[in-house]
Amino acid sequence: MRRGGVGDPGAGNPTTALGIMGLVPDPPGEVLSGSVLFEGQDLLQLPEKNMREIRGGKISMIFQDPMTSLNPVMTVGEQIAEVVLLHSRMSKQEARKKAMEMLEQVGIPGGRCDDYPHQFSGGMKQRVMIAIALACSPELLIADEPTTALDVTIQAQVLELMRNLKREYGTSLILITHDLGVVAKICDKVAVVYAGEIIEYGTLEDIYTDKRHPYTIGLFDSLPDIENEAAELKVIQGMVPDPSNLPEGCKFHPRCPYAQEGCKHGRVEPVQISETHMVRCGRFRSGEV
Amino acid sequence: MAEILRVEELTKYFATKKGTLHAVDGVSFSVEEGKTLGIVGESGCGKSTLGRVILHLHQRTGGRIVFQGKDISDVTPAQLKELRKDMQIIFQDPYASLNPRMSIGEIIAEPLKIYKLYPSKEERQKKVREIMDVVGLAERTYSLYPHELDGGRRQRVGIARALILNPRLIVCDEPVSALDVSIQAQILNLMMELQRERNLTYLFITHNLSVVKHISDDITVMYLGQMVEKAGASEIFAHQYHPYTKALISAIPQPKYNAPDQQIILKGEITSPINVTKSCRFAPRCIYAKPECFEREPQLEEISKDHFVKCHFVREINGL
Ligand SMILES: Nc1ncnc2c1ncn2[C@@H]1O[C@H](COP(=O)(O)OP(=O)(O)OP(=O)(O)O)[C@@H](O)[C@H]1O
Ligand code: SF4
Ligand SMILES: [Mg+2]
Repeated sequence: MRRGGVGDPGAGNPTTALGIMGLVPDPPGEVLSGSVLFEGQDLLQLPEKNMREIRGGKISMIFQDPMTSLNPVMTVGEQIAEVVLLHSRMSKQEARKKAMEMLEQVGIPGGRCDDYPHQFSGGMKQRVMIAIALACSPELLIADEPTTALDVTIQAQVLELMRNLKREYGTSLILITHDLGVVAKICDKVAVVYAGEIIEYGTLEDIYTDKRHPYTIGLFDSLPDIENEAAELKVIQGMVPDPSNLPEGCKFHPRCPYAQEGCKHGRVEPVQISETHMVRCGRFRSGEV
Repeated sequence: MAEILRVEELTKYFATKKGTLHAVDGVSFSVEEGKTLGIVGESGCGKSTLGRVILHLHQRTGGRIVFQGKDISDVTPAQLKELRKDMQIIFQDPYASLNPRMSIGEIIAEPLKIYKLYPSKEERQKKVREIMDVVGLAERTYSLYPHELDGGRRQRVGIARALILNPRLIVCDEPVSALDVSIQAQILNLMMELQRERNLTYLFITHNLSVVKHISDDITVMYLGQMVEKAGASEIFAHQYHPYTKALISAIPQPKYNAPDQQIILKGEITSPINVTKSCRFAPRCIYAKPECFEREPQLEEISKDHFVKCHFVREINGL
């Protein structure tokens, strides 16, 4: 698991898609404590060998940066076929056919399977990564910004593929993204992360129609509105905190328009404001809001 | 207003094992100084290649590039070096484009060294600190290394490095796609402010349609190496005439709960850019396609003032 803050919601519930958005420490931090449970096993405690099995077959991951994850000296077709061969009993011929099929599914003509990664555009490389991740029908798919390099029509096609996995194979999906439109399209639950901590968590409806944390509100406000023309975009003032030097108290307080003296010290505990909706903000401590 | 860049019938073909790949195929447009031309289109349609050919990062196959009134289609290495001062590029992933072993100060100063602009170290440092201030990088980042910065600050470094030679034109290849939305807004605001102050011209490549609408004066939509529609930014969001543009705009995911799904789904085989034929390249996926579309290539036509569309049946489809 690459990033901290990914808790257990989603795992174990076969048809849940969880969207994680917001500020995950960048560069990503190590998981310092806590556990990541998958089918009742703590992934962080597993030996590397078991982890590899889980990662390849039951869990697939799509990373944001395809340039570093693709092998530059193998054709894209070979790279997809390799994964297919690892997880099924197909012949080489069949695996190659399957690879071409997967390419078509992500909107790339199958005939380009003999190209090398450097002959592909940024978004095409990202789609090869997606094809590889989907080729083995995983039980859990963790996708980190899987569609940032794609136009919206191809993006829609890829999201549809992920939805199909969910429907047909009961694949759970953890989607890490900044794109609130994508979350709205495919996720059931949403965790908003700030500086490595979940600051708000709830159903899609909770987060989109009843957002409570000042960071979540600011996040939605800073989107350029396609229907509206404003000269300047609203921004959340200030900078992302330095992960090695996090502020005391609520980690968002230096940028929060509602911050009070009490927000600057001590730990802010999560508060359950409904059965499904959690907020980590000092203003909810005594039920003020 | 003065035109700063014009490309005419620009083409870039790549030779591949299976034949000639038409990455950019006959693109023409012009941009005025101080304006932003947004470039959108399907992933793989040739946007980055177009930007790179204009900057001579790729050798063009055919066509003409005119910059500041001079034909720069063919340049000597010495001319190219001069040209680079005026034309810069900002990439999507500033991390991959920054040398990990150089400090931020060194990275930003590098172009000055290459061009021997400020021979004394003190002067160079002063210039670097000035530009860091302009892009909102704190003093203390001067001696840090790229991995110690977050994505937003790294992109500020990318912008600082592009700006230090005082260019006239910047190709921005998805400069904010990898950033958190709150940081994205800060960087976009910064870029627009810099544009106003310095009268910069941007070619802005992005997949984010609300971003492109926000920042662009004109927008061009590309499909498989060609321009299929071009118009003013608000005009194109109000009226999409090309069937591909219609599908594109309809697919924007709304950040809303239970937003109605009005997406036009594109079906049909994807056309390969290799060994293309004379036809409308969108025809295999176009719901309006007629036999003629597979036989003849449509021309880019001015449908209303400054609104260009490349489709045989644009009038019928749109009731014009
Ligand atoms: N060096 C190369 N050799 C061969 N083909 C290439 C090369 N670079 C790009 N291509 C091809 O040219 C076409 C256009 O690629 P380009 O990178 O310009 O697309 P793009 O519009 O920027 O896509 P994206 O939105 O995914 O970044 C693609 O089909 C790509 O595979
Ligand atoms: S020319 Fe024909 S195929 Fe092409 S976009 Fe127009 S109607 Fe569709
Ligand atoms: Mg590109």
